[in-house]
Amino acid sequence: MFEKTISELASDLQNKVISSVELTQAYLDRIQQLDGIYNSYITVTPELALQQAKLADGRIAAGNAEILTGIPLAQKDIFCTNGVKTSCGSKMLNNFIAPYDATVIHKFHQAGAVMLGKTNMDEFAMGSSNETSFYGAVKNPWNAETVPGGSSGGSAAAVAARLAPAATGTDTGGSIRQPAAFCNLTGLKPTYGRVSRYGMIAFASSLDQAGPMTRTAKDAAILLNTMAGFDEKDSTCANKAVPDYTAELNKNLAGLKIGLPKEYFEKGMDAEIAKSIEEALDVYKKAGAEIIEVSLPNSSLSVPAYYVVAPAECSSNLSRFDGVRFGYRCENPVDLEDLYKRSRGEAFGEEVKRRIMIGTYALSSGFYDAYYIKAQKIRQLISQDFKEAFEKVDVIMGPTTPSTAFKIGEKSNDPITMYLSDIYTIAVNLAGLPGMSIPAGLANNMPVGLQIIGNYFDESRLLNIAHQFQTLTDWHTKSPERLG
Amino acid sequence: MSLEKSDVEKIAHLARLSISDDDIPSYADNLSNILQLVEQMSSVDTNGITPMAHPLSESQRLREDNVTELNQRDHFQQIAPATKNGLYLVPKVIE
Repeated sequence: MFEKTISELASDLQNKVISSVELTQAYLDRIQQLDGIYNSYITVTPELALQQAKLADGRIAAGNAEILTGIPLAQKDIFCTNGVKTSCGSKMLNNFIAPYDATVIHKFHQAGAVMLGKTNMDEFAMGSSNETSFYGAVKNPWNAETVPGGSSGGSAAAVAARLAPAATGTDTGGSIRQPAAFCNLTGLKPTYGRVSRYGMIAFASSLDQAGPMTRTAKDAAILLNTMAGFDEKDSTCANKAVPDYTAELNKNLAGLKIGLPKEYFEKGMDAEIAKSIEEALDVYKKAGAEIIEVSLPNSSLSVPAYYVVAPAECSSNLSRFDGVRFGYRCENPVDLEDLYKRSRGEAFGEEVKRRIMIGTYALSSGFYDAYYIKAQKIRQLISQDFKEAFEKVDVIMGPTTPSTAFKIGEKSNDPITMYLSDIYTIAVNLAGLPGMSIPAGLANNMPVGLQIIGNYFDESRLLNIAHQFQTLTDWHTKSPERLG
Repeated sequence: MSLEKSDVEKIAHLARLSISDDDIPSYADNLSNILQLVEQMSSVDTNGITPMAHPLSESQRLREDNVTELNQRDHFQQIAPATKNGLYLVPKVIE
């Protein structure tokens, strides 16, 4: 049962092979039994889950179920959930019971999905390894000595360890795609504005985007159908019709033009990863796709530009945590400034403080033009590179990550090395494009992700291309050996 | 760009973050390294390039200036550290 996809589980529920209460209970039992090893959940919500499952069974019996009705899901702990602790992986929000639902949560609720709990994550989504979480590191189910990636590391580990059939993630610089690559999952970061950010705790507002983390592209399409769409409550949400993302999954790939950025392959790519990517491209060639070299000349500047834009926005967004209205408050403040400084100093972790300080510096008087405006200009150049490439090709492909999952502790003392682990994913956020990572092979028994980057609002095509790969290969069906 | 102890103290103050003296050297090192990474941007001539603030060039939507939300003060203040008579309490600001 734990190997079944959402589409399979949905038909089992409709055909009364299993009830949502039974399915939910089975997952809750498995979480209790195994999550001590992985630490993938911050909060498990058994009572709420069973209550939602019971309602779902009622809907199924009454014949007004949707495809997600009764399906258990794990939600990243960045989404506000009414009446349930929403920590964002931080001591700052360890006592925060959200007073409302994020739009994404509300939509899943309307669809009748069941929430198993809230998944672990890097603090305020700042990290690439899930090691910055106040609740401790998450273990990669493929090798418990390695990281699951981040910041959506708990979601990735939960799905990979079969502690949820699917999960949500958010992606500011690679936080869906990199953990999906490290844990052999399908992860989709939609176009900026495709999914509402309302109630999703903000890190960098011009980059943040929520998306599905699943075992298959078909499941990702099913989840995106529910998640996507206009929301009045998010002023940057795109007012664009949502297609049925499952409709084009089976489209033939003949004539597809795949762009390969020469810059990605020039600079010492890991040989094992390069091999998997080449094999994946061969699969596409056999399916009738044409491979065309493209150039993204400014791609090496994406990490530097990102580490101005994202910290600048983070320093502004995180100024709301002041110890006054909600969240952590220090003991016995002597005055208001002491209240602000100690509440923030005591409750934010080191990486969050670093990014707030970089952002504060970049935005401070005298440095604004040299850092922030400069970074926004580079962002324009990076975006322009993609525009030119998409005049020649339909999608761009390459590796999701420069290496497979690294060891816990290996990069945690060196921020720069950690930042560079997102070198292939960050440019996509700066441009606001949709990007996916799908399982493309194993290197030394650890998963390798293939990244597929699309043009704006071209999620249907990405999902089609990913689904076709999954009908021609079986990498996405591989699970960590020790799970049995 | 290398940051001194006094720079870190100034930035931490602007960001309203208390940092212990023992931690300042490591912050100075790490922040300097990040700024050094960021410096790579200066290798590109960006004269005449329009800064990009937002991925989609659409302008921000406007709406009628009507009240759409209910007053949920009591509900929202349940999670506040300290309130009285519907107000948030902080240490005395005016003597």
